[in-house]
Amino acid sequence: MIKVSGLTKDYGARRAISNLNFDAQQGEIVGFLGPNGAGKTTTLRILTGYMPPTDGEAIVAGYDVVEESIEVRKRVGYLPETVPLYTDMVVFDYLKFMGELRRIPNVADRVDEVLDMVGLLDRAEGYIGNLSKGMRQRVGLAQALLHRPEVLILDEPTIGLDPGQVVEVRELIREIGKERTVLLSTHLLNEAQNICDRVLIINQGKIVAEDTTENLQARLIGAERVIIRVRGEADELAKTILQVKGVQGVETKPDGAVEFEFSSGKDLRPEVAKKVIGSGYDLLELRPLGMSLEEIFLELTGTDKKK
Amino acid sequence: MRNIWTIAKREYDNYFNGPLAYVVAFAILFPLGIYFALIMYFSAQSAGMGGPAPESAPINWLFVFLMIFLSPALTMRLLSDEARMGTLELLLTAPLRDFELVAGKWLGAFMFVLSLAAITLVFPIIMNNYVDPGIDWRVMISSYIGLILVCSALLGLGVGISAIFTNQFAAFFTTLGLFFFLWFMISLPAGILQQGGDVFNYLSLSTHFSQSMNSGTINLGDIVYYVSLTALGLFVGSTAIEIRRWR
Repeated sequence: MIKVSGLTKDYGARRAISNLNFDAQQGEIVGFLGPNGAGKTTTLRILTGYMPPTDGEAIVAGYDVVEESIEVRKRVGYLPETVPLYTDMVVFDYLKFMGELRRIPNVADRVDEVLDMVGLLDRAEGYIGNLSKGMRQRVGLAQALLHRPEVLILDEPTIGLDPGQVVEVRELIREIGKERTVLLSTHLLNEAQNICDRVLIINQGKIVAEDTTENLQARLIGAERVIIRVRGEADELAKTILQVKGVQGVETKPDGAVEFEFSSGKDLRPEVAKKVIGSGYDLLELRPLGMSLEEIFLELTGTDKKK
Repeated sequence: MRNIWTIAKREYDNYFNGPLAYVVAFAILFPLGIYFALIMYFSAQSAGMGGPAPESAPINWLFVFLMIFLSPALTMRLLSDEARMGTLELLLTAPLRDFELVAGKWLGAFMFVLSLAAITLVFPIIMNNYVDPGIDWRVMISSYIGLILVCSALLGLGVGISAIFTNQFAAFFTTLGLFFFLWFMISLPAGILQQGGDVFNYLSLSTHFSQSMNSGTINLGDIVYYVSLTALGLFVGSTAIEIRRWR
């Protein structure tokens, strides 16, 4: 559905993305993960036919984004990062206008349908300017879904939403991703893990890793690192934990917590917990340490250099 | 074509969402009404002394003259505001060509001005009732064709300039400056030069209207002039949008 080869974009002298290669199949949700300024938005804009690439080729839904831009745009639904909307328009009228541009038959019915999907049916007659950030995000999503696009491109779809809405939007995306191709960008690791079948990690305009979500996690972590906190002396605790078989890399932290790790595949947390409680400690906290995006980049760019 | 219509329709409706449409309508129709009343009053007075019958063409001249100042306000935000708000990204990723977008914006503004022009038809119609054997319809129709053509050109150029800027006031003043130049100044060399001054007269916005169409004669050259300016404006607009894509 999406096939990108050698995609490069320069803004003046600055190279925003360089030589990107990836593809996405139908029924697949692909996440574009990277820090701000990594080139995510630039790539998505090229794929939606908004701007042409400096070099390389992108085929979306079977059409070239430069040569057959209009055909691509007919088949792509796009939610830009800034969610631009006509604030002086009524929600329904706005969606009807976008639907007319896309030649949707029975536009009014379809608009109601999409508004129902994003849970905004009761605000259909309200002005967009009066909507909250989360609601505007959903109007933008409704606009992207209007024409039942083969490919859905979402730039930071859950940014600015409250936690309940985030869950709803993610569910909606997962539902859509069953039949269509979804390409979404995010800078949240857990979002990528949550929704995507496959993740592309992009940094400074280059793809530094590409894999399924599970593989990537395993590849990155290798060993599971856990933090534990009890009432009492950290040094004593460290010794106690070391007695559990398989525990490595025990480290005491200045704030009284202890970190340790074990090779992934065998979760030692229950054993550790039993041991700690058995030794008479009051267990306050025991949780796996998630890797931050920054750490992942360090890890990935570091291993790349070794190669 | 349908895309052009969709854009135009939204733009036309959008004028009435804010005060702009009403301000412009008032700023045109109010002076025109006063002017009409004055024409009727003085021609009624002089009629007793064998004065000439009133004409509606001067009213159209005033309409066009006011449009020089007011049409930049109608076109300034058409594309610059889309760029500022980011909604241009939506339109440029929707399946419509850049030209269709620009032409649609122009058509929306043009339809608004046509609505105003339609309202002014009451002046010649009223006038016709008071004049025996009626006003000169040939002049009146020619004058309206001229008015429509001038407005088309003004709005075309305005839309083109609006596509260049992100700030609507920059677009406004650039447009206003250009119209001033084309209306008042470009024909000045014609008065100085011994030969070739006709070229400058031809380039002037005002001569085609004031000296021919508004007095009942339509030349092909006049029509070509205004249609070319409209096309030039729309071309500049489409090109500016395309350049935006590349940046």
